[in-house]
Amino acid sequence: MRNVLYILVMAGTTYLIRVLPMLLLRREIKSRFIRSFLFYIPYVTLAVMTFPAIMDACEKPLAGLAALLAGVVLALFGAGLFPVAVVSCVAVYVLELIL
Amino acid sequence: MDTKIHRYRTFLLGVRDGFPIGAGYFAVSFSLGIVAKLSGITGAQGFFASLFTMASAGEYAGFLVVREDAGFLNMMLMTLLASCRYFLMSCALTQRFDPEMKFRHRLLLALGVTDEIFGANIARPGYVDPRYSYGLFVLPAILWSSGTLLGILMGNLLPANIVSALSVAIYGMFVAIIIPPAKKNRVILGCVLASFALSFLFSRLPALSGIDSGTRILILSVIIAGAAALLFPVKEDAAHA
Repeated sequence: MRNVLYILVMAGTTYLIRVLPMLLLRREIKSRFIRSFLFYIPYVTLAVMTFPAIMDACEKPLAGLAALLAGVVLALFGAGLFPVAVVSCVAVYVLELIL
Repeated sequence: MDTKIHRYRTFLLGVRDGFPIGAGYFAVSFSLGIVAKLSGITGAQGFFASLFTMASAGEYAGFLVVREDAGFLNMMLMTLLASCRYFLMSCALTQRFDPEMKFRHRLLLALGVTDEIFGANIARPGYVDPRYSYGLFVLPAILWSSGTLLGILMGNLLPANIVSALSVAIYGMFVAIIIPPAKKNRVILGCVLASFALSFLFSRLPALSGIDSGTRILILSVIIAGAAALLFPVKEDAAHA
């Protein structure tokens, strides 16, 4: 029962974080700084979350680094989400067999 | 244009784009399920926790609170810390809403603000189309919840090297989201490189490595994006591109 309450608090707090801007921001933001900040933030956040976490997610950090490089190269050539993700997984699998 | 068939197609397009996101989520939430099990979370609890929370770092932090039975206030603070980046993403998303869009869509779209779903929504040009977003949400939500469930029920059945390989899928997707715009825009490229470098330093320097990953993500996001916004403010239309 206590677990259920914990989960409700977790889900409720998370929903509030997401819905408050939706409720409060009804028109376009005029501030150039804030607009720029919001333009850059997703790329920064995703990049911060990717590295070095990708190295820590694998059994062997070097395999994770190789997966990152493989993903970057593939994405530079215009590959989409799924191929990049698959190649990253394969890179880790193969390298961990060899290393 | 906005016929029933067109709306249905837009929804299906979203479902299609949601598949790779969902596949990555499945791998991640499977390992999240292993964490949940250690906290005494049952399969059903884990399934619904994931369905209604849809946050990797947030749930990870949350399950740690459950394990230590650290109290409800603590749960709120940890969740806030681990997931506050969604606040920023929701802000950014509102800037892409059609002013004519019905209010209920705001309440529903808020459920699906995750890093990857947000990224896929933003990657589409023009106003956010709620039908596309709902389609996008379907498979990730199902796979994220059932991955957690399966992780709790049978976490130790897969060999370690398979789990290791599957666990980078999510980062591969992050890369696929950030690299194409970084190729076109030098400031974004600079942001990405600075983020990699500082994130690495923060996680490895002895004085800073005690900071948990949720807080690190928050601090670095605000600093780097703030600096970029000050030094390289975007031109009027670029923020919509």
